[in-house]
Amino acid sequence: MSSAPDTLDRPGEINARPVRHPGRWIAIAVLAVLAAMLISSFVTNAKWDWPFVWQVMKYKPVITGLLAGTILGTIGAMIIGVVLGVLLAIMRLTDNPVLKGASWLYIWFFRGIPRYVLLIVMSVGILYLYDTLTIGLPFLPVTFFTINVKTFSTGLFVGILALGLSEAAYMAEIARAGILSVDKGQDEAACALGMSKGLSMRRVILPQAMRVIVPPTGNETLSMVKDTSLLVAVPVTNEMFFQAQAVSQATYKVMPSLIAAVIWYLIVSTILGMGQSWLERHFGRGFGAQTSVQNDTRVKFLGLRGGGGN
Amino acid sequence: MSTQSESARPLVEAINVTKAFHGNEVLKGIDLHVNPGEVVCLLGPSGSGKTTFLRCINQLETINGGRIFVDGELMGYRDQGGQLYRLKDKEIAAQRREIGMVFQRFNLFPHRTALQNVMEAPVHVKRQKAATVRADALALLDRVGLADRANHYPSQLSGGQQQRVAIARALAMQPKLMLFDEPTSALDPELVGEVLLTMRELAEGGMTMIVVTHEIAFARDVADRVVFMDGGVVVEQGPSREIIARPQHERTKSFLRRILTEQDETPEAHPDAPDAGIPAHLRKHS
Ligand SMILES: Nc1ncnc2c1ncn2[C@@H]1O[C@H](COP(=O)(O)OP(=O)(O)O)[C@@H](O)[C@H]1O
Ligand SMILES: [Mg+2]
Repeated sequence: MSSAPDTLDRPGEINARPVRHPGRWIAIAVLAVLAAMLISSFVTNAKWDWPFVWQVMKYKPVITGLLAGTILGTIGAMIIGVVLGVLLAIMRLTDNPVLKGASWLYIWFFRGIPRYVLLIVMSVGILYLYDTLTIGLPFLPVTFFTINVKTFSTGLFVGILALGLSEAAYMAEIARAGILSVDKGQDEAACALGMSKGLSMRRVILPQAMRVIVPPTGNETLSMVKDTSLLVAVPVTNEMFFQAQAVSQATYKVMPSLIAAVIWYLIVSTILGMGQSWLERHFGRGFGAQTSVQNDTRVKFLGLRGGGGN
Repeated sequence: MSTQSESARPLVEAINVTKAFHGNEVLKGIDLHVNPGEVVCLLGPSGSGKTTFLRCINQLETINGGRIFVDGELMGYRDQGGQLYRLKDKEIAAQRREIGMVFQRFNLFPHRTALQNVMEAPVHVKRQKAATVRADALALLDRVGLADRANHYPSQLSGGQQQRVAIARALAMQPKLMLFDEPTSALDPELVGEVLLTMRELAEGGMTMIVVTHEIAFARDVADRVVFMDGGVVVEQGPSREIIARPQHERTKSFLRRILTEQDETPEAHPDAPDAGIPAHLRKHS
């Protein structure tokens, strides 16, 4: 009502109201209603049978299936996939036409076969075609040693091998893109310092390529978690989804058994996602604010980590 | 073979070096001798083959003809009774250890801090102990004026600082020879001086240097000799002041005229006044 305040103060600290975001509040309201409906269904609809879900989740065969088939399967297949994939990528990028061709052929072959089919073919094929594994010179009566394939060719081993070999074909392309993303001045600087090709690859190129390699590899790992459910084709029975289904068939409580598996998959994926953002931060060192901003945003959205900073 | 005494042997001896890319001959028989402790500037218009020649010396490019000796050692080949045998990658890597190179675009390792960049080669190539290398690396960073930036990543440094780290990184291998390929061309003008100063101090410390540059003032004041290249051949060479003040060949003259008008912080290119046109930070005696 009166004129300007009767004071000699100069403008001080700004204490302004923030911009309002009504759209956000509407979205929150809608989502809250949907969430409430879902939760209410969970609670009121007895068919969800949460106590049984919980029982299935901690049922011993499901847990061992989770550890062996799902987790060990994923880790084993991804280790084979990443190591072999990087090797294939390096082979493909050399000047050696033989290595190049071999890598191309490998990728062509394994990318062309569905994993489900590959699992069956390898499980049948390995024991059928090669019941003993002999290391020697081809076409010559020279043998270094012989292994009985049955001793190590358990279903899980073959399954992991098959998934890993298949994964390597995809990882090779990812690793190749990563290696090519590194400026060639980096290799030249390494060479000029007297590094060998291998040392330059290991110390200079691959660590930088990892920035490009890690995010798609995270996706590959998540896919692999889910693809371990294909191990049943080998057959591997020591696998989480197979065991959950077994429970559902034995008890006729189909939905709660499946939900138990779904929850386990979500838990494993979440943990892997955390591992991925840690790796991305690790390999993003030195690449400026951009990377850390991206990471922070993802971290906040997924709510995986408290706090900020880089 | 040589009847010269050990001390008179050139550190770098390039004889009739030729290099072609896909049939396009870029170096057409380069001869160059650089004595120990000498600073040689390579001048010449863009595309004349300066970068290619520098890269041939440390075998980032393989030459098609001629020979390059560094400290008496034939680069890239073993000579057995006149027959050359290509060296293995490991042997070539060993030869490169004696030669430091500084690139136009720095090429620092972005995933490592300044200190780690400097330590990388001594630790992983020479396999020296990290603790001693660390002390040496810090001393080198101090020498290029960056002791307080040791733990910064390259992305956190200015271009001039990055280039000085790159110089320290090359020096960490204790090379006999330093090659610089337009080390200041990618820098903002106000950052050029600090890099040239570092190079000048290195030159005064007795390092043998081959520098490709367009900084005429630097060439004239710091280099013992300039070599003017054009079209893949050495057109003219001699003591730096003499060549820059009184170039003999028309191509050298027109190149210098052009470059000196571009670098117009030089008020007047008075060939006879020794310090004219040389930025204050580069003047030897002021
Ligand atoms: N890797 C390459 N492949 C093909 N041509 C090249 C390559 N590097 C350089 N050249 C050619 O060689 C010539 C000399 O180049 P360069 O040595 O970079 O000259 P300068 O450094 O004197 O500007 C140029 O015509 C350039 O196009
Ligand atoms: Mg050049």
